[in-house]
Amino acid sequence: MTLRCSPFDPIASHAAGCTCGTQGVSASTATGEQRMGEIVRTAVLRAAFPQARSRRALLKTLGAATTAAALADVFPLGMAEALAQDAPKGIEHPNLKIGFIPITCAAPIIMAQPMGFYAKYGLNAEVIKTAGWAIIRDKSLNKEYDASHMLSPMPIAISMGLGAVRQDWQIPAIENINGQAIVLALKHKDRRDPKTWKGLRFGIPFDFSMHNYLLRYYLAEAGIDPDTDVQLRVIPPPEMVANLRADNIDGFLGPDPVNQRAVFDGIGFIHILSRDLWDGHPCCSFSISKEFVTANPNTFLALSRAIIDATGFANKTENRKEIANAIAPANYLNQPPVVVEQAMTGIFADGLGNIVRQPLRAGYDPFPWESFGVWIMTQMKRWGQVKGDLDYAGVASSVLRATDARKEMTALGLTAPATNTKTFVVMGKTFDPSKPEEYLASFPIKRS
Amino acid sequence: MSSFSRSRMAAPFLSVVLLTLLLIAWQLAVRDSAPTAGLDPEYAKLMGVAATTGKSAIPTPIDVGRKLMAAVADPFYDKGPNDKGVGTQLAFSLARVLLGFGLAAIVAIPMGFLIGMSPLAGATLNPFIQVLKPVSPLAWMPLALYTIKDSAQSAIFVIFICSVWPMLVNTAFGVAGVRREWLNVARTLEVGAWRRAVHVILPAAAPTIFTGMRISIGIAWLVIVAAEMLVGGTGIGYFVWNQWNNLSLADILMGILLIGLVGMALDRLLALAASGVTWRE
Repeated sequence: MTLRCSPFDPIASHAAGCTCGTQGVSASTATGEQRMGEIVRTAVLRAAFPQARSRRALLKTLGAATTAAALADVFPLGMAEALAQDAPKGIEHPNLKIGFIPITCAAPIIMAQPMGFYAKYGLNAEVIKTAGWAIIRDKSLNKEYDASHMLSPMPIAISMGLGAVRQDWQIPAIENINGQAIVLALKHKDRRDPKTWKGLRFGIPFDFSMHNYLLRYYLAEAGIDPDTDVQLRVIPPPEMVANLRADNIDGFLGPDPVNQRAVFDGIGFIHILSRDLWDGHPCCSFSISKEFVTANPNTFLALSRAIIDATGFANKTENRKEIANAIAPANYLNQPPVVVEQAMTGIFADGLGNIVRQPLRAGYDPFPWESFGVWIMTQMKRWGQVKGDLDYAGVASSVLRATDARKEMTALGLTAPATNTKTFVVMGKTFDPSKPEEYLASFPIKRS
Repeated sequence: MSSFSRSRMAAPFLSVVLLTLLLIAWQLAVRDSAPTAGLDPEYAKLMGVAATTGKSAIPTPIDVGRKLMAAVADPFYDKGPNDKGVGTQLAFSLARVLLGFGLAAIVAIPMGFLIGMSPLAGATLNPFIQVLKPVSPLAWMPLALYTIKDSAQSAIFVIFICSVWPMLVNTAFGVAGVRREWLNVARTLEVGAWRRAVHVILPAAAPTIFTGMRISIGIAWLVIVAAEMLVGGTGIGYFVWNQWNNLSLADILMGILLIGLVGMALDRLLALAASGVTWRE
């Protein structure tokens, strides 16, 4: 793909068959180009000298022009600028703040910063680490973040006014599929049958999370009522391992690298991967308010391209190790690289002495299937988070922007599905998005 | 040597002895235990030292010392918005605390005067003060985030609301406790209300007011760490949270040590200022 082949791009520098230079540069207004050039030069300078102090010192001694010229000797700046100018024109809002929770679900959103995906599309984005999902929600609704990493049920809940003041939010791209797991404390290693789990305490990251719905689904299939037979506690992902160690919970359905970290520290073991409950389930999403999209259409276009491009890149298993090392440092996940690598490559220790090879442990498929939204709403209703009649298809299509994503994916050379809906199988039961109420009625354990 | 000066010499000496004993006990308590035998080397490579060697998860004082040396050697590094040196983080926290505390002082001291000088105002406001005073900073935070709609301002608001009460109560107490005779003398001399407040009551109540300020700054410093752990971004509280996330207890202990030292410094500063206004009869 030509877009990715900037010689200046750390990702492409060692990829075979680079076709740099074949990218055409279309003419645009001088001011727009100048501004874009400025953003690209800043991004390159930041990448070359990540420490603000040394960067400032350099600029002070050499002057901006000399620095740019010196950098141009090393990086073909003209080329990078030309590539960036292929991004949407007239970006209204190039300086962006994007929130994330330090988990591998957000890998595309995070890595797009150090690996230059935002810069490639003319954006100067800062990714801000956040302490928990409630804070992500509040900072996003308060417009402190221009866009954010969210659990995929969150934008749906916010758009329905559940657990938040109603605002219209959208999912231009799903971040990751699979990649979660049920982890139990080591003392439960002989208690693998969920039918015996009465009385246990489990951590979930948020009420409006796939983790909550998947854990409830798994428990209910085993005849355990998640509301009366066990305790579900909301614990932000970064604090799950500490709580498991303190014996404050018996297990959790958590995101990676939290699951692998519990194994790494000899506290817990991986009972089951979420892909074994529902292969291809969505987890986190890239989310943005409709207001921002309407007010800044070009910025939004550049941003969703950067994210879809990064997500597509993350989906290739051969890139996972490199991504793991890019996002492990303290500025991003703050985890040992070996933990992040295991979670992302699917070659991992299970905590019971076995090395498991499951390349499908984590996946990064950006396509926001509308059916995901319908399934999520059936579970919201199943567990009493929402009552009454729901406009399943209407809400799903207004939040999950499948048609727009298809256009961008095709433009980037990724394979996009031809339809916006599909049926899928969750723990042996087929889900048909056109019959949500029938699906809901088929569960013996439910609150509605 | 008098007994007074002997105890002055003895206390620091005993402090050092106690510290040394504690450090030795700590070092011995968390020594590595024997490595777990018979682990597949391929598997061991994927596991942490805590799981493979049975090394205690608690760091030794030497580990913490090393972290501290590294942090002090480069306190202002900047590796992006989520990873800055401890010096920068402490500066962020201090700035928030001083802003919140300053605002609290601006509100609390005049209000305290009013309450102290007017028994009616005191009795009217007392129930409100008593209800709001014991509320934890973390309970204020969701409300602040929701209404102020800005996490940075919310953190400052939370410091303000938690540090305002001790200053208010102490100011009122100090003002109300000014000797009757002094006020009577002022009245006999037909001193105006403003002069009476500034030249009679303020100097008389100053030591009590400063005690309130010392309590408040301590609370503000307590609160900021909790608030920053919740809202994140920057500050020493965020630093501790970020290291908790990585289960790096050595960094957390270093953070605790720094928080304690800065808290002590803030307290000493106000104590010094207080000694300037203390009067003896």
